[in-house]
Amino acid sequence: MVGAELLAPEPAAVLAVSGDLFPRGVTQYLVGGLLIGLGTAVIYFGTGITAGASTFLESTLSYVSSVERFNQGQYVRSRDWRVVFTLGIVAGAAAYTLASGTIAWTTDVQWWRLFGGGILVGVGTRVGKGCTSGHGVCGVGSLSDASLVNVATFLALAVGTAQLVQALGVSP
Amino acid sequence: MSRPSSDNAERSPLVLLVVLLGGLVFGVGLAVSEMAKPEVVLDFLQFDDFGLLFVMGGAAVVSGLAFLVGTRLLDRAPLTGRAYGRRLKGLDQNVVVGGVVFGVGWGISGICPGAAYASLGIGNVPILWGVAGMFLGAYAQGYWRSRD
Repeated sequence: MVGAELLAPEPAAVLAVSGDLFPRGVTQYLVGGLLIGLGTAVIYFGTGITAGASTFLESTLSYVSSVERFNQGQYVRSRDWRVVFTLGIVAGAAAYTLASGTIAWTTDVQWWRLFGGGILVGVGTRVGKGCTSGHGVCGVGSLSDASLVNVATFLALAVGTAQLVQALGVSP
Repeated sequence: MSRPSSDNAERSPLVLLVVLLGGLVFGVGLAVSEMAKPEVVLDFLQFDDFGLLFVMGGAAVVSGLAFLVGTRLLDRAPLTGRAYGRRLKGLDQNVVVGGVVFGVGWGISGICPGAAYASLGIGNVPILWGVAGMFLGAYAQGYWRSRD
């Protein structure tokens, strides 16, 4: 009776389904997220700055480009600490990797996905006034309506796009 | 209309030191959470592993509590004299259009700016393709918008 089994799944099957939502567990995700928030809080309490990661892309261009947008006052004023923030992120991730004794990890995602997707990320985060950290962490933490709209938009589009790419047989 | 005090405040050595400290913790968090791996992000977007909800949720809750304490109980930041506030941006068409473009890019690549920097830190050299793309995209939109 296949039908009856479908109607009344065994408890073990239900557990298996909920387990599949988090096949790698949740601990590292939660601890990592709390640390990301802690890093944001350290900068905030010391300086009053709500730090995002994507403005660095534009403010750093002001060192080498005369394009008007990159040389606006708020970018030139903040470009030094944004470089330091980015170097800190790189160094923090490197320090954790070295301390945990794991070897360097390399992605299998194809270069054209990283490069082409990266171009769109560069355009979209700067036109949209922020990224996963500026809107997603600081903006959502501020209950900003612009950030909530932006995050809902990019999440929906990212889910749709990733599933479409997968359906087209591109992996990884 | 120069504002020398606030101009210099963001460049003071102590500010840079605190930003470095915060950046280090932020980077450790991105490495611990595995969000620095595009594969983990793509697994989330493809509904194979919902763990990233804890990364973004955990980070937003902690920063939200910090902003609550800052705006309710504190006055000005010691190193810059800046008033504690929330991160509020104007909601306009750009916020939606940018979100659409960013979302498509994130879905194709599995990378966002902060996670890409951290990815370099965990030894993922091919991420430089993504970082190069992000700079190119940021430059293109800045160039285009400065011409208007």
